Amino acid sequence: MKELKLEVKSKIIEELNLGHLNVQDIHDNDPLFKEGLGLDSIDALELIVMLDKDYGIKLNDPTEAKKVFESIESLCSYINMNRLR
Amino acid sequence: MKKKQNIFHYCKIQNNSVLLNDKIIVSEDKSILFSEFSKMLYHQIKLNYPKFFKMDDLSKLALITSEYLLTDYFKKTKKPNDISIILSNKSSSLKTDKQFQKTIDNKDSYFPSPSLFVYTLPNISIGEICIKHKFMGENIFFISENFNSKLINEYASSIIKNKKNSIVLCGWVDFNEENFKAFMYIASNNYIYNITTNKIDKLFK
Repeated sequence: MKELKLEVKSKIIEELNLGHLNVQDIHDNDPLFKEGLGLDSIDALELIVMLDKDYGIKLNDPTEAKKVFESIESLCSYINMNRLR
Repeated sequence: MKKKQNIFHYCKIQNNSVLLNDKIIVSEDKSILFSEFSKMLYHQIKLNYPKFFKMDDLSKLALITSEYLLTDYFKKTKKPNDISIILSNKSSSLKTDKQFQKTIDNKDSYFPSPSLFVYTLPNISIGEICIKHKFMGENIFFISENFNSKLINEYASSIIKNKKNSIVLCGWVDFNEENFKAFMYIASNNYIYNITTNKIDKLFK
């Protein structure tokens, strides 16, 4: 799980162009949106693409997505349980 | 009667250097890629605007050029509530278009990138400047083979004469592969009837 969290943080920085941040700046329980990392709706779409492309997970339910994208902790738990690759 | 201020305010960024009102203020090694160069300028002007890192290269170039120019210009003049923007270029958003195309080229790995897609129009670069400064004036982005100072000046004059805005940010911002050039200037009542397009063309080169 620790390795996965590092991997996901790196991917988020790269895919979402958060060039001003390092992996150490993203804490496991920080909110990803609004007051936390400050991600926006385009970032949410990019995260959905990342889940599909890198882990074979198709996230179609918006209610589920809201919970999954709460933090690195919730995102990685979801990936761990649902990944196809 | 108060004497009119006739200084022509402009900023040009190309070949990894920044020229502000006839003065070179940054000059870096030409081999440095724009990704590094733009980051360096971001820190130099203390932009403190994380959204910058999410932008495509065209928008980054436009935003940085406008920051140099607007910061300098409004040191001496009261910033109006609103300004208009007229920009132009040759390559439209081609660099980002190509990057986006790569995400949809392969049918077996078809993952269109939303963050690239939103920058597949050149006028988004104007939008980024407007969002940063909360400008809601008229704006337009022209695509042409060469910089057309006559067209831009006529458009800016019309905006000023019709009192839509008293200040118009004008210019050129182009990006293709790793080649880039930005040239922006301020059109206002103080200058519009005194500067010739010939002079603007000379400064552009």
